[in-house]
Amino acid sequence: MSARAAAIETQAVSVRAGGKTLLDQVTLAFAPGECIAIVGPNGAGKTTLLRLLCGELKPRSGAVRLQGRDVASYSPRILAEHRAVLSQDVTVVFPFTVVEIVRMGAGDRRGPRVESLVADALHEVDLAALGERIITTLSGGEQQRAHFARVLVQLACGEAVHGPGVLMLDEPTASLDLRHQLDLLTATRRCAARGVTVIAILHDLNLAALFADRIVVLSDGRVAGDGPPRETITDDMLARVFKVGAAVGRAPSGGVPFVLPHAMR
Amino acid sequence: MPGVTAASPAAASSRRFAGAWASVRRSPLIVVCVLCVALIVTATIAATIGAAGIPFQRLMAAAGLTAGDPALIERDRLVLWSIRLPRIVMACMIGAMLAAAGTIMQGLFRNPLAEPGLVGVSAGAALAAAMTIVLGDRILAGSKVVLPFAALPIAAFVGALITTAVLYRFATREGRTSIATLLLAGLAIGALAQAAIGLLIFMADDRQLRDITFWTLGSLSGSTWGKAGAIAPFLLVLLMSVPFIVNGLDLMVLGEAEAFHMGVAVERLKRAAIVLVAAAAGAAVAFAGIIGFVGIVVPHLLRLALGPGHRVLLPASLCFGAILLLAADTVARVLVAPAELPIGIVTAAIGAPFFLVLLMRQRALVGP
Repeated sequence: MSARAAAIETQAVSVRAGGKTLLDQVTLAFAPGECIAIVGPNGAGKTTLLRLLCGELKPRSGAVRLQGRDVASYSPRILAEHRAVLSQDVTVVFPFTVVEIVRMGAGDRRGPRVESLVADALHEVDLAALGERIITTLSGGEQQRAHFARVLVQLACGEAVHGPGVLMLDEPTASLDLRHQLDLLTATRRCAARGVTVIAILHDLNLAALFADRIVVLSDGRVAGDGPPRETITDDMLARVFKVGAAVGRAPSGGVPFVLPHAMR
Repeated sequence: MPGVTAASPAAASSRRFAGAWASVRRSPLIVVCVLCVALIVTATIAATIGAAGIPFQRLMAAAGLTAGDPALIERDRLVLWSIRLPRIVMACMIGAMLAAAGTIMQGLFRNPLAEPGLVGVSAGAALAAAMTIVLGDRILAGSKVVLPFAALPIAAFVGALITTAVLYRFATREGRTSIATLLLAGLAIGALAQAAIGLLIFMADDRQLRDITFWTLGSLSGSTWGKAGAIAPFLLVLLMSVPFIVNGLDLMVLGEAEAFHMGVAVERLKRAAIVLVAAAAGAAVAFAGIIGFVGIVVPHLLRLALGPGHRVLLPASLCFGAILLLAADTVARVLVAPAELPIGIVTAAIGAPFFLVLLMRQRALVGP
């Protein structure tokens, strides 16, 4: 764990719903500029943890602190200046254009500064040419990139007021092709380089190993592993948490671990 | 685009036009100004036609802008002031409120098919108003107290509020609205309210019966300055809250969780939206009865022309709703003159086919 003050941390948080414990005494601290991947099997509590961190969900016990303050004590508006969230499958029903959606990231702020942020974000996600298109006419992956651009604008607006914030992403790469998966993760790494704390739920362990400084493994609502990729992505963890027999190899460049499942159950 | 090359001057000018149009449609001020001019034109036309026709020259004379026969001026002024103007003002206010109620409700439920008349909110308001007429008279029968003038709009508001809140409970779960559930629950609530109104009709005496019939058909024929004055506060509250809800309604389009992520106090916005829809629909029903489809036709046409952003859409809806209902009321007055059609019939004749077309396009959302 970093010696610096945590940007966001949970202290022994538990969440229960419908008689089932979704998170059990989870204590985690994330430092500014850190890139964290949260991995784990379905139903391990990844999305619950993210909803807890972003203030959407209140813990049954324990506390979530953002910049040292209880998340629940922030007004929604100020909270939005400290953290931005990219959810899974956002659906838009009304015929907004891509630019209008991305501009929503600025909330009710308007003006040339916002316009330049919007233009930068559209460029960043490779949608500059599709700005005037109605968002519902775009493919799933393109829509996802538009929403990522919106989140980048929100993050930049908050950063201008309070300094680097926290970026939370729930399976951001799910509907993207390989090129745009890598582009998105590269963009988040650039955010981290500026001091933004990046927390992403990722399903693809190889992508997680490539992208993250630190991997948090969740299993049945508990932290089953926490550390740099080469320490967390191991044969033992895959057998214990994911219940698969797999061989973890080392990529020749930099020794990043990669997973190659070999046993079908 | 086939047949259009980037170099052609036609394409360049059409692009320039598109660019200019895009900036116009983003400015609430310009859109509202244009619509207000259209509203004044419509109102002037509406003032000239009717059972006692007042041609344009005499209208100008009556307004004191030109000279004319003093006796004729006197008569025209009387017709304008006591009959036509209050009706025009009420049509505008009620049209504006119905359209705004539709727009806000569609934003709240994230669906272009939500409308107070269609999902039983107006029926709930009418039931509360009918209950006030019949039961209020019974309860107050012994005493000398007369039902206060404000009782009806307040009762209608409460009826609309309860219906909207119940609908929201039914149709929205974890921030996601099922439009099928919304429409079906609205159908059930509307049927229930109609049944209760039927029961009240059974209990009512002759005078009460006339009052109730008026509510269920919808009409602006009883317009007076007093009623117009009683609606004004509701419209004023609506107008004053517009700047505070438009941004939140835009962000709600992404979903309730996303709106919260982006800094919207979602619960507060939802409560405000429900109260505003109830106030607008309730006040409209209390004074003009059930007038359907305005809240669905107006926002939809405006979304096609101006885009879905509420910063422009909501003020434009207020103006265009006023224009549409004023035009519909004028048609209702003159089509079978000297008698007149209930305005609810006119708006339904325009709106119901429109709704069917909308429904066809929305099939994917509603289900097979």
